[in-house]
Amino acid sequence: MNNADNTNLNKGVGIKARRMISYVVLVIISILCLFWFYVLFINATRSHADLTRGFTVLPGSNTAKNWYNLMHGTLPVWNGLINSCIVAVLSAVLCTYFSTMTAYAIHAYDFKLKKFMFTFILAVMMIPTQVTALGFLQLVMKMKLEDSFIPLIVPAIAAPVTFFYMKQYMESALPLSLIEAARIDGSGEFRTFNTIVIPLMKPAIAVQAIFTFVSNWNNYFTPALILHADKKKTLPILIAQLRSADWLKFDMGQVYMMIAFSILPVIVVYLCLSKFIVQGVAMGSVKG
Amino acid sequence: MKNARRGKVVSYNKWGYIFLIPFVAVYVVFQLIPLISTIYNSFFENYRSGLTQIGPNFVGLENYRTILSNADIWTYLENTMIMWIIGFIPQIVVSLLLGAWFSDPSLRLKGQRFFKTVIYLPNLIMASAFAMLFFTLFSDGGPINSMLMQMGILSEPYKFMSHVWSTRGLVGFMNFLMWFGNTTILLMAGMMGIDTSLFEAAQVDGATSTQVFFKITLPLLKPILIYVMITSLIGGLQMFDVPQILTNGKGDPMRSSMTLIMWLNNHLFSKNYGLGGALSVFLFVITGILSLIVFKISGNKEA
Repeated sequence: MNNADNTNLNKGVGIKARRMISYVVLVIISILCLFWFYVLFINATRSHADLTRGFTVLPGSNTAKNWYNLMHGTLPVWNGLINSCIVAVLSAVLCTYFSTMTAYAIHAYDFKLKKFMFTFILAVMMIPTQVTALGFLQLVMKMKLEDSFIPLIVPAIAAPVTFFYMKQYMESALPLSLIEAARIDGSGEFRTFNTIVIPLMKPAIAVQAIFTFVSNWNNYFTPALILHADKKKTLPILIAQLRSADWLKFDMGQVYMMIAFSILPVIVVYLCLSKFIVQGVAMGSVKG
Repeated sequence: MKNARRGKVVSYNKWGYIFLIPFVAVYVVFQLIPLISTIYNSFFENYRSGLTQIGPNFVGLENYRTILSNADIWTYLENTMIMWIIGFIPQIVVSLLLGAWFSDPSLRLKGQRFFKTVIYLPNLIMASAFAMLFFTLFSDGGPINSMLMQMGILSEPYKFMSHVWSTRGLVGFMNFLMWFGNTTILLMAGMMGIDTSLFEAAQVDGATSTQVFFKITLPLLKPILIYVMITSLIGGLQMFDVPQILTNGKGDPMRSSMTLIMWLNNHLFSKNYGLGGALSVFLFVITGILSLIVFKISGNKEA
């Protein structure tokens, strides 16, 4: 009795101490994550002269001027923003729609090559895009698609990772009896897919749409190989251009503003949808 | 009954193929053909020397011999691995710790959603913008140096970009920041999947939380840990955006932060398709072997 009380007491103290430690560590790690963005947004509000004098904790008053300079500077930032949007949005739409379609083909039908196709898609899941970049670049040049968004958007249709996620989701959320019922009601296969399967898959589509959007928004390697005209460049290429320019001569306030400009859209989207994103990551992993 | 059902399935059969057409067509055109032509290119001498185009001439395995006997590839492989390890070790330690805390019901941590949101944030940030940000923050006259000087830790600016280990350290640190949130969520999901009766039994037997972690959680988590490690290694081999932007594609100082993909990128821009092809195949083989291991592990997990 006495003994049990003692261990309970010890455990109580232990848990309190452990809880304290975890909070302290979590706060430190959160600061480690957010600090850089804090400095970025503070510095984006300060003038070049101000910045060379050292760091301050409070924002400056030069935001409008930095913004004006960025908009009227040498970098085609609006073009970059629009180009990034076009590529990221269209890739996300094509990728989720067609990955759902591919997953549906494997999930709902029984055909001879089904097992082979499933294994094949899983096997090629890990091949990095960089490895095929050489052949891809030659193909794009042969098709005269340089400086076009097509080679950045259309390949999103064949996305093994998204396919795998959709397939996993279908196993728990898409009963085959529902499809049977639609058939009995006389719905064509393609119509069933568009009017029944797609709406049921909405949660998974939303999660994957966000991920595809973000990864295309951030993609630097492939666009840098394909897009050369100033009007066609996406934001990551402009950032690289900023880096290779003689940056010592640059107005640093403008540089910070440019960085903030290119990551802010994703931060805003993330903060609005973070609940689904974090759940989505966990969801994919439990089953995968 | 069984027969009738099978008959029905057979009649809808062809739709399986029809729905697969977009994927297969796009995959063949944009990934399979490029893969084959990359391998094909690796057997040809094909580059530009000044204004004259050399090749393409068939040279057999000559490109492979050139690339593998060159010390560069091993230096770049070593650089890539070093920077991956610098990022991976803190990543796995922190992720295990946070995952254990988040999934521990007796701790009842508040604000979990807030913390998860914050630690996942860097993963979604444009890697090139993040690298550019670090470049400006850690530049000689940048805010980090001025902060350290204001605090009296340094008397003069430390040139982060001119020292081998500070540059590599920054790349590793950025990789850590960008990926530990993702790993935490993966490991946490794995920890939640462990049968809670095991923990209860251990508690009844009087095990401490440290013992529970090392004797129960860690061994049961082994498959997921290996999975995380190898997928991270595959990702590490593809390391490009961060060192490319941070060092302006040069891998300075003294090419000590030059990665394999940065080197491949240089070959692609100088249109040296022969050596570029051989390097691509080299990377393809390494990732292939690593993927096979992942495949085996996930296969075992299902069985």
